[in-house]
This record gives sequence, C-alpha cells and structure tokens, in this order.
Amino acid sequence: MDKIRNMSKESRSNFITYGMVIVAFLIMQALSSMHAISSSMTGLLVPITAYICMAISLNLVVGVSGELSLGHAGFMSVGAFTGVVAAAALAGVVESTMLRLLLSIIIAGAAAALAGILIGIPVMRLRGDYLAIVTLAFGEIIKNLLNNLYVGLDARGLHFSMTDTASLGMDGGKVLVNGPQGAVGFPMISTFTAGFLLVMFTLFVVQNLINSRSGRAIMAVRDNRIAAESVGIDTTKYRLMAFVVSAALAGMAGALYAQNYTAIVPKKFDFNTSILILVFVVLGGMGNIRGGIISAALLTILPEKLRFIGDYRMLMYAIVLILVMLFSNNAQVRMRVETLRDRITRRVDDRLGEQDAKGGDAR
Amino acid sequence: MTRDEGTYKAQSQHAAKAETRHEGTYKAQAARAAGNTASEEKHGRQRTKMVAPPNDYLVPERDALLTPVLECRHLGIDFGGLKAVEDLNLMVGKTEIAGLIGPNGAGKTTVFNLLTKVYQPTRGTILLDGQDTAGMDTARVSREGIARTFQNIRLFDTLTVEDNVKIGLHNQVECGMWSGIFRAPRYWLSEQEFHKRALELLDVFNMADSAGDIAGSLPYGAQRRLEIVRALATNPKLLLLDEPAAGMNPVETEELMDNIVKIRDQFQIAVLLIEHDMDLVMGICEGIVVLNFGKVIAKGTPEEIQANPQVVEAYLGKQE
Amino acid sequence: MSFLIALINGISLGSVYAIIALGYTMVYGIAKMLNFAHGDVIMVGGYICFIAMNSLGLPPLVGILLSVVGCTCLGILVERAAYKPLREAPSLAVLITAIGVSYFLQNSALLIWGADPKAFPSVANFPSLKLLNGQLTINAVTIVTVLTATVVMVGLTFFTQRTKMGKAMRACSEDKGAAQLMGINVDTTISMVFAIGSGLAAIAGVLLCSAYPTLMPTTGSMPGIKAFTAAVFGGIGSIPGAMLGGILLGVIEIMAKTYISTQLSDAIVFGVLIVVLLIRPAGLLGKEIREKV
Repeated sequence: MDKIRNMSKESRSNFITYGMVIVAFLIMQALSSMHAISSSMTGLLVPITAYICMAISLNLVVGVSGELSLGHAGFMSVGAFTGVVAAAALAGVVESTMLRLLLSIIIAGAAAALAGILIGIPVMRLRGDYLAIVTLAFGEIIKNLLNNLYVGLDARGLHFSMTDTASLGMDGGKVLVNGPQGAVGFPMISTFTAGFLLVMFTLFVVQNLINSRSGRAIMAVRDNRIAAESVGIDTTKYRLMAFVVSAALAGMAGALYAQNYTAIVPKKFDFNTSILILVFVVLGGMGNIRGGIISAALLTILPEKLRFIGDYRMLMYAIVLILVMLFSNNAQVRMRVETLRDRITRRVDDRLGEQDAKGGDAR
Repeated sequence: MTRDEGTYKAQSQHAAKAETRHEGTYKAQAARAAGNTASEEKHGRQRTKMVAPPNDYLVPERDALLTPVLECRHLGIDFGGLKAVEDLNLMVGKTEIAGLIGPNGAGKTTVFNLLTKVYQPTRGTILLDGQDTAGMDTARVSREGIARTFQNIRLFDTLTVEDNVKIGLHNQVECGMWSGIFRAPRYWLSEQEFHKRALELLDVFNMADSAGDIAGSLPYGAQRRLEIVRALATNPKLLLLDEPAAGMNPVETEELMDNIVKIRDQFQIAVLLIEHDMDLVMGICEGIVVLNFGKVIAKGTPEEIQANPQVVEAYLGKQE
Repeated sequence: MSFLIALINGISLGSVYAIIALGYTMVYGIAKMLNFAHGDVIMVGGYICFIAMNSLGLPPLVGILLSVVGCTCLGILVERAAYKPLREAPSLAVLITAIGVSYFLQNSALLIWGADPKAFPSVANFPSLKLLNGQLTINAVTIVTVLTATVVMVGLTFFTQRTKMGKAMRACSEDKGAAQLMGINVDTTISMVFAIGSGLAAIAGVLLCSAYPTLMPTTGSMPGIKAFTAAVFGGIGSIPGAMLGGILLGVIEIMAKTYISTQLSDAIVFGVLIVVLLIRPAGLLGKEIREKV
C-alpha cells in the first residue's frame, strides 16, 4: 500500500494503462466465449490488437521523440512477411503453433529493427518535414521491393529472388511469397490472447523506455534539441534509438497481423496504412499512450460499425476526422461546441432534477 | 530596415575597414617574403616567420599556477564576409568569475556558441583545461566540461523540473537502454542516484519544492535559475551564463549574484558570464573582457574597465 | 533513339509533376503545411473535365476552363473551411486535417462517379508529330503538356516576381506577421495561393488523364505523392525548385522504367530522392534555415 502511495505520477498512470488493457481483454474474452459478439467483430479482435501495437510504437517516434514518420506501415510489412516466412520455415522444426508464432514474431521484430537501423541512419541526418518525406519514401520503397520479392521453401531450405518464381530454382517445395500476389496459403496461427500479450509487451517496452534515462534523453531532444546537445546528449543516438525500437515493435505487430489471415499482399501496408496509424496517434493525443490505444481500437471498429450506411462510411470517417481536428485545435470551434454541450447538459440536469424531486415525493 | 540589419551594416562596414588595414600588413609581409626568397634559395629551406603569442592574458593570482580552464587563441569566425568574432584571445582561470561585456551585436553570444561548438570556429584554438577542443561537437564539449545557459531560455518545457535536472545529469549516471526497458537492478540503482543528486542540485537554489512542477510553467526568474541548475548537473569545469539576470528584478539579481559566487566556491569551477546589468558584472566579476564589433577592446579588473575611455566610447559613443 | 523517346516522355511526365508540385510548394511556402489533399484536387479536375466533355459534349477547351474554375473554387472552399481555423494549430493537426480532406474528396468522388475507371478522352485532338522520317513520334498530348507547363512556369514566375499580389505572396511566406504589419491582407493572400495551386492542379489533372486515360477516385493519390516528392526534391517552398524537381523526377522515372526495371521504378525514384536529400538536406534549390541560438 505504501509502495503505491510513493509511486510517481508516471508509474501510476502506467499501471492504469495496463489495467485498462487487461480489463478490456477480459471483457472481450468473456463476451466472445459467450458468443455475444458478431463474427465480424470476432474477426477484428486480432487486427485491433495489432493496430494498438502499431499506435503505441508510432507514438514513441511521433509523440515521444517528436519526429513525423509517414512510413510506419513499411516496418509492419517487413515484420509481416518475415513472420510468415519464418513461421513456414519453422513449421517442420517447432511443433507447437504457439511457440512458432512467438518465434516468428521475435524474428520479425529483429528483421524490422534491422530495417529500422538501415533506414534510420540516413533519416536521422534530416529534420522536420524533410525527415517525414524520407520516411514516406522508404515506406514506398519497402512496398515496391516486397512487390518484387519471391520466396520459396523446399527440402534444401529457403530460396529468394527479385525477378520471378521460376528463378527461385526450386526443387518441388512451396512458393511462400509470390511477388505482387504476396504471401499465400499459410496457416492462421495468431490468436486474440497472443495479440493481447503483444500489446502488453509493447506497452511494457515503450512505457519503461520513456521512464528511464534513455527516455528522458529522447524527450529532451524533442523539447529542445540545442539544449539537449548542450548538456551532452548525443541527439542522433537517441532519435535513432526511438526510431529503431519503434520499428522493431511495428515488425512484431506485423507478424501478428499477417498470421491472422491466410494470405497477405504488400499493398496492404501502403502509405494509407501509415497514415491510418498516424491518425490513431494524433487523435489519441501525441505522446499519450492510453489515448492512442483507445483511438486505435475505436477507429478500427468505427468503419465496421458504420457498415450499415454502406458507401457513406468512409465519407463519414473523413468528416469525423476533420471535425475532431477542428474541435481539438481551434478555440472558437471548441467554444461553440462547449456552449452547445452546456445547454444540453443543463437541460438534462434540469430533467434529472425534476425526476429527483419526483422521486423524493414518492418516497 | 530592421535594427538588426542596421547593426549588421555597421559591422560589415567596420569589418571592411579592418580588411583594408589588414591588407596593408599582408602586403608588407608579402614584400618581406619576396625579399627573403634570395636567402631561402641560398639555404634551400624556408625561413620561418616568428611571432609572439598573445600575452595579454589575465587571471586571478590564486589561479596563476594552475592550468587555466579556458584559453582561446586568435579565435575567429566569419559569417559570409562578416567577421563576427576576430582574433579573440582570452584566458579564464580555474576558479575565476569572468565577465564578457559589450554593446548589442558585439558578438558575445557568438563567442559562447564558438566555445560550445554550436558554430565551428573559422580560425584559432580553444583549449579547455589545456585540451584542444578542435573537431569536437556540442555534446562532446559538454562532456569535457563546458556547460551553458541560453539568452532565450531553453528548458525542456514539457518535462518536470526534476526531469530537467536529471537530463543534465545524463552523463553522470549510467544506465543503458536494455537495463531501462527490462528494469534491471542497474535501473533501480541509477534512478535512486538520479533522484538524490537532482534534489541536491535543486537545493543549491532552494528549488527542491518545485521539483514536480512542469518547467515551462515556472515563473521567468525560476526558469533562469533552473537552467543554471541543469547546467551545473553536467558537472562542468566552466559554466557559461548568457545574461543570467535578464528579466530579473533587483532583489532577484542580488540573490543571483550571491548564488553565482556560492556556486563557484562550492563546486570550485570557473564562471564566464555575459551580462548587461553592470551592477552584477562590476559586483562579482574578477576579470572582465569587453567586446565590440567582434574584437576585444579592453581587458582588466572592474575598476580598470570602468576607467577605460575606449569602453566608455563603445557604450556611449564618442564624446566631443 | 530510344533514349530520345524516353527523354521526351520523361519531360512530358515531369511537366505534369512540376505543375502539381508548384501547388504543393506554394502552399507549403505560405502556409507551412503539407497539403495532402492536393493530389485529390487533380482527380476532381479530371472528373469535371470528363463530365464537361463526355456528358455535356462541350469542346475540350471549355472543359479545361470549367475544371480550372471548379478546382479553384474547391481550393478556396477547402482552405476557408478546414485549414483557416487551424492556422495557429500544431502542424501535425493541420496535416491530419489535410488527410481528412483527402479522404473526403476521394470518397465523395466514389459516391458521385462510382469506383469503375472512366476512359478519359484526350484533350489534344490533333495528329502526333513525326520527326526524322517517322523514326521519332511525339504525340499530341506530349506537345500540349510540355507547352502548357512552359506557359505555366513563365507565367507564374512573372506573377510572383512582378505583380503586387505575387510580391505579397512572397512577403507572407517570409514572415506573415511582418507582412500583415505592412498592410498585406494575409487571409486573402493565402486564399489566393490555394486558388492558384488548385487551378494548376486542375490543368495537371486534365493533362495527366489525357496521357494516362483512366480516371478513378484514387487517380490523384500516386501522382500527388510523386509531385510532393518532386517539390521536396527541388527544395520545398521554392518555385523554381518545384519545376526542376518535377521535371527531373519525371525523367528519372521514365529512364528507370526504360533501362532498369518497370517494377522497381518507384523504388528507384524514391531512392534518388533520399540520396539527394542526404547530400543537400534542404533539396536542390531550397535554402537551409539555421536555428538561431
């Protein structure tokens, strides 16, 4: 008890976030075991967890490190394809699907981290909008390269090619990744529980990093680069650290996401996906991890829930997005909405007051 | 035309004048060199031209036998054609409180930017505690022992006061990324150390009470003090203060003067400060350097500086 | 000969990129925002011209004119409704709003005109030019594109350098506060920039659809991203930079397609961008702004 009272404000906030995720998981688990949620919703459970991981990891770059990244989906796709290939390669070796999923996620994270380092070193020479455009460019390059990637697996092991399946030189076996058609015919081994655990892990890594010496250095560079340098912080090192950790976590989320399906195409992880994740982060509040989680979950469900309005749903989504940005960033708009809300709540309060009075009478 | 532009114009005109003067000496040198060629050919090697090193350094008597914490030799930087700082020779003793003064646009902050390698000097040498800082970047210079504050306060505005100081302590306490993420024992030890030392440092300025406040929300004077604490946290040998009293009221300034002396006595470090408040400069600085148009026009004790006609002219213009 | 053909095609494609990039760069210069919806204005321009020519049977020139007027109004409207209230907001908020506008335009187009691609009739309905005994054929669209781009560039340079409005624009992009103190109406100037940028996008849309005759709600996205890249390539905020960047990007893209690999051409284009930015962090003609300490 004493320990909780002595806990700093940050760690208390962290525990609230963990608690929120755990409670949400338990509720969803209970609902789905009682078959109380629709099948389309059940199908969304793993993607939601993957997007939450993406939002948390992008928050590390955008919110905590203060760099605008427009190519986060690129790391997700590196993880997705690495994960699928790794899981296929491990199929004969590792019997347990759970363990195979875990290993494929770890390998995917390592591959994405490597991509993060390779991309991060040049990217960190730039700042601001130029950095943003270069991350966009790298995202497109990754997509383009994966569109031309062919991977096959036969008795002799893995084969890679950048031209076509014929040049894989396969001896029987199976084509795992088939260029623009993407990866096909792999088993669906991701589960909601695995997704939940990955969210917890991602949270653990990001929150602990933020509240450590390295995290403070990252935030110092964000708040004032020149001052950070003046107290002896190697700014490139810490910007790169945030970028690479974020890339690794995105790769893990990618592996989880891909293995929730039986086929996945590189086009899935294009610029629009990067933007989608950025929207989660910005709507949740930059640097606000919990806000990012909530907005990732809600915005993944929203289009699904708006399905009844058919073609209008993406239009609604766009309008909601614009209105939320106007509301949260313009004092005039906010004031107008607030007076409106006050009027409504007052009316509701009045009515409740009346009811209270009536209730009193009855008693 | 903005005022800045005006001063730039004035400076460049001045620089141009300096240029012509220099050209004269260069020409003379060239002529001498031409004369030398005959003897060079005779001996088959070049005659070295010998010059006297700058020897107008001044340090407090108690520091005279120690390695000076800072020595600048012929330091200079050009911005395009403008010589913003030229031929700056400066020595700061191990425990000296030194002042760098001069009219607006004299190049004082540029000197700080050169010392901390925000700008790389065009010419000259900077020795920090006897070590040449050539090729170092800002972060490295900080690790080697120069800390600074900024004229326009640069705090980590969204972080707490304590975190600001902890970031200052960055290179004093070790804890790697992995230890931090996976909460290794190293992490807990380092966090304890960070917390303890941050509060100790805040205590110097009696700021421990506001440790949990957000730095950006502090009143102006407190922000200036916090910047000094953060600079001290890097365990410097030399503390550069850029207009520490700007925006402070007389009471706060008085307090600041006491604190600067206290810091020097307690930490045994040198302080070099830029300030327009002459009461502060004349009150606590031991040696003073006056800069005008990027050049040193006077050096000496407060009394000498106050009596120097060139200084009076630089500040007030020529009195006919 | 194939090199010459590739070069001409590259310049033609690059001219379109340059016209789009001008819109990006002008808006960035003055509003310091990445207007991600700019690419979708291209698409709207294409549709307006398509409707005018196909459904209303109007001549191409009238179609282009209608499309320019339509997009100009759209540009001003979007600026007033979505961007102006956010002028003091953090840049990321404006960016997300621009993305929202982009989704809005795409999905509106989807609802109005449907998802299936429309075959766009070329606006340049005269025969192609045959040179060197028919070895080198330059088709009409290419000629029109290059000519239009030249006129646009010369006109815009004249406008920004010589006219009062152009000078006001440059003043605003240097320092909005100071410009306002000098009696320049910043709001009008910003609207003007959006109007010009969107009008140019309409022209680019028509030219693009004439050269690559499929029109869909997503037609504008990829050229938009490419043109944005071109603007950064040349140094964002710089008008000559956008022209240079656009044309270079077009040439690089066609050359990569012709001589290296069609599939990997995008990767090559973006790769060149990255290399250029690493060597010149502010783009080819951009000026680096140093933070004052």
